[in-house]
Amino acid sequence: MMLLRTWMIMWKEFRQIARDPRMLAVVVALPTFMILLYGYAINLDVRAVRMAVYDQSRSPQSRELVNAFARSGYFRVIAYPGNDREVTALLDGGRARMVLIIPARFARRLADGETAPVQVLMDGADSTTASTALGYAADILQQYSSHVALEAARRAGLTAPATGQPVENRARYWYNPELRSNHFTIPGLIAVILMMLAALLTSVTVVRERERGTIEGLLASPVRPLELMLGKLAPYVLIAFGDVLLVMAVSAVVFHVPLVGSPALVLALAGIFVIAALGIGLLISTVAPTQQVAMVAAVMATQLPTVLLSGFIFPISSMPQAVQLLTALIPATHFIRILRGIFLKGNTLAILWQPALVLAVIAVAMVLLSANRFRRTL
Amino acid sequence: MTDIAIEIQGLRKTYGELVALAGLSLAVARGEVFALLGPDGAGKTTTMRLLAGILAPSGGSARVLGLDVFRQAEGLKRRIGYMPQRFALYGDLTVAENLRFFASIYGVPRAERLAREAELLEFSRLGPFRDRLAMYLSGGMKQKLALACTLMHSPEVLFLDEPTAGVDPVSRREFWRILYRLAGQGVTLFLSTPYMDEAERCARVAMLDRGGLALCGTPGELKAGLRGAILEVIAEPPREAKARLAALPGVRDVHIFGERLHVWLETPDAEATVAAALDGLTLIALRRIAPGLEDVFNALAAGEGEA
Repeated sequence: MMLLRTWMIMWKEFRQIARDPRMLAVVVALPTFMILLYGYAINLDVRAVRMAVYDQSRSPQSRELVNAFARSGYFRVIAYPGNDREVTALLDGGRARMVLIIPARFARRLADGETAPVQVLMDGADSTTASTALGYAADILQQYSSHVALEAARRAGLTAPATGQPVENRARYWYNPELRSNHFTIPGLIAVILMMLAALLTSVTVVRERERGTIEGLLASPVRPLELMLGKLAPYVLIAFGDVLLVMAVSAVVFHVPLVGSPALVLALAGIFVIAALGIGLLISTVAPTQQVAMVAAVMATQLPTVLLSGFIFPISSMPQAVQLLTALIPATHFIRILRGIFLKGNTLAILWQPALVLAVIAVAMVLLSANRFRRTL
Repeated sequence: MTDIAIEIQGLRKTYGELVALAGLSLAVARGEVFALLGPDGAGKTTTMRLLAGILAPSGGSARVLGLDVFRQAEGLKRRIGYMPQRFALYGDLTVAENLRFFASIYGVPRAERLAREAELLEFSRLGPFRDRLAMYLSGGMKQKLALACTLMHSPEVLFLDEPTAGVDPVSRREFWRILYRLAGQGVTLFLSTPYMDEAERCARVAMLDRGGLALCGTPGELKAGLRGAILEVIAEPPREAKARLAALPGVRDVHIFGERLHVWLETPDAEATVAAALDGLTLIALRRIAPGLEDVFNALAAGEGEA
């Protein structure tokens, strides 16, 4: 193992990268474009659901209930249908996602102290949005109901509510109190983007030497495979690290994702993660027959598993047992755990040492495997 | 220390059914300028790559400077130089950067590297282009740079695979000036070439045919070994002359070199028959000439090369 040779390979790669304007464009434009595109497109928040109100009661009480919906911000009242046919038309045409039907005797039953049923019709075609919106609707109805009970009790001259629940649910969401989906998706997105970009960067480095014939000179020289791999890896570690800073800056400035924990810890573990991702690209490069194949393979091997299996959007805990085992092999799974832990919860290494160790093992394994797979002859 | 630089025994290389090299045996002395000749596909590049240690053999053995090419490759690689047929430098590095890169990966110390670089730029006349990207050099300059890169670590044996292919005649002459200088310094040169005039410049020549050794010797020996005689004929029209002569008994082969025909006769006394056969055509010249390597090569290609 000779450091000078590793250093010279690195020096050479740096010069070549610096003279390749396309490479610089990929390194800067691709991650910026991806984080903006995905960051805005992947929005799991349910806001301003279009709702219609069929108010048969037309009373101050019914208007108060409708106002409670409108004030919440989760719903936007777009129509007041006057009969069942119009209600059906609104849902069929997709103009409204939800219809609130308030019966004619609503105000009267409330005044009489009876239970006043209302009906919520939900477009269940998009089940995720439907169940979330229904949850919000239930909350609003519950709150309104408590409010009515309290008012009735006050009017009756009682200090404590006569009706209402003996047990009240006061749930709070920690780490992301407003349940903003951005805070959940952006850290995952950082992992997805870095994974693909890093693998793409190194995927062509070795196969390019084969395609251009420069591999003959390298093979005839005393350069050893591991020296070649490390020399090729090193410049890209720096470049990928620059991209770490870039995507983190965008997530903070554009998407206002808070960083609760240590920035230094994020950067250190991101360094290990990009080496693992670069190592995967390097491994692809040592076995791919052409640069095109290498690039396609790098995108396929990183993008799909990372998006689907890393817990980026779909929770790992709801996957079948066998698939869950598979997710452990994907570096992004561990890195997303780390990122969410540090960004949202302020976790330290004492909590995150396990995923950090797994990433380090994957990184070393990838580089060694590349050196091993690299053929020393043509 | 042995006087043998390169020793090959029964070297074989096969790719599945395809036989690239079918048991080649050769020995080259230290300081010798040795050329491999042969048509495309005869196994020249395969031999070069095997000896440079970048191709695994299917059988046989090869020793260079007393070291086993396949088992002691790491120690050997520092002492030999290999210049591939295809331009294999980094086009996006400058002339000086290429030299520096190749010197460093061979572990040449800085002081020696700078001295060597100055010397090589000087005698390859690449000095004025040292900061030019290699991809913008002319074909001849590229080859000179490739040679300079292989010389940075002062190899004792140099493998050159068709080093002057596609290079203009002036650059070729200059290239050979450099090679002679190296030979004068005691470097063993093992090269392949498609050019007969270049082969004539070598101490010994091996002719390969279909993966095997067809002939080996000094250019003089090879020419002397050619059976029969060569007649040079200039006649108008040459194609008609060739057609008539090829059909003649006693004529083994006819080749056109520009306006001249080289007629390979089984026996020298067939000269009169040749003249008679050309009756009716404009005969400008007809004389016996000493065979060149080209004639030996053509004879070999015709399948009757052995003396």
